[in-house]
Amino acid sequence: MNAPNLKAAIVVIDGRFKVLKKTEFRGEMTLHVERTAIKELARFCRDELGFTYLVDVSGVDHFGDEPRFEIVYELYRFEPGEYLRLKISVSEDELEAPTVSDIWPTADWHEREAFDMFGIKFTGHPDLRRILMWDGYPFFPLRKDFPLAGKPSEMPDVAFTKPAPLAGGPFVTVPSTATTKDREPRSRSMD
Amino acid sequence: MTSTSPVAYDSKIEGNVIFTRLDAAMNWMRKNSLWPMPMGLACCAIELMAAASARFDIARFGAEVMRFSPRQSDVMIVAGTVTYKMALAVKRIWDQMPEPKWCIAMGACASSGGMYRSYAVLQGIDQLIPVDVYISGCPPRPEALIEGLMKLQRKIDTERPSREQKKEFFASLKS
Repeated sequence: MNAPNLKAAIVVIDGRFKVLKKTEFRGEMTLHVERTAIKELARFCRDELGFTYLVDVSGVDHFGDEPRFEIVYELYRFEPGEYLRLKISVSEDELEAPTVSDIWPTADWHEREAFDMFGIKFTGHPDLRRILMWDGYPFFPLRKDFPLAGKPSEMPDVAFTKPAPLAGGPFVTVPSTATTKDREPRSRSMD
Repeated sequence: MTSTSPVAYDSKIEGNVIFTRLDAAMNWMRKNSLWPMPMGLACCAIELMAAASARFDIARFGAEVMRFSPRQSDVMIVAGTVTYKMALAVKRIWDQMPEPKWCIAMGACASSGGMYRSYAVLQGIDQLIPVDVYISGCPPRPEALIEGLMKLQRKIDTERPSREQKKEFFASLKS
């Protein structure tokens, strides 16, 4: 395939689609696009630009911001070995995004995970069930307003959950170049 | 040369007979032939496998017969993180094991949830099934597992007569 290089590809995408925001960090490009355009853009990236490999689909919760959620698509092409990151924003009132599992079959389970952890519905997904927690678990545990210790729940004969004792926690690390003593996980006040 | 031939000494039997109580004999037999149910759920299972292999060899303590059927097992070794999704499955396997049965919580996760203070992890398997021996470590070395196994053997050795236990059990049903 005679795919254009990444810079040229970005220009092509920019001409065809409405790119809301473009960021470059250490040679990696991130394109923020409209939620409704993601499907068409994904297909374009795979068929015309050679991004045949979808590395990951993940959800992000920007609690307190509007729109609250973000979905990140990590694309890769083997020749010449480049990444491209696509992002779309999803508001809490309309927690939906079109599935890309018909473009990259691997998106099937990634989208199920995003649905499981954040409650984002992927329209057109062939089998949108929870993948890590059990069917009937009432919460979405990776949302920011979900407590780290968990919440009580009960599903007879399937599973139950209880809040975990945090004993002064949460125990968090501090990103720094200081010694292990300063960096190691400790109980720190949340302020 | 005169040889003494004692009357009524049967060398085939004498020296091979031990007098003991039935319960003590039963405890002795049980403790030296523990068939583990390996409940390997995380990295502790790797150490459990190491303990079963040639270098550490729990066969020396009579516990090498890992049974993957709960109906043939005596001791459940819960080795690893018990998630809530897995918890009732572990309980169910425990319920299928015939009495008498024992449980070893191997490692920090099985004992207390370990480092997983989280929504997804059961904070210790003792919330669901009675644990006889807790082994610390993350994961514990095979020596630690063997030490735990020997602790369990000592515990089984001191178990009270089954007749007494039966009596207590029926009394508890009446009240």
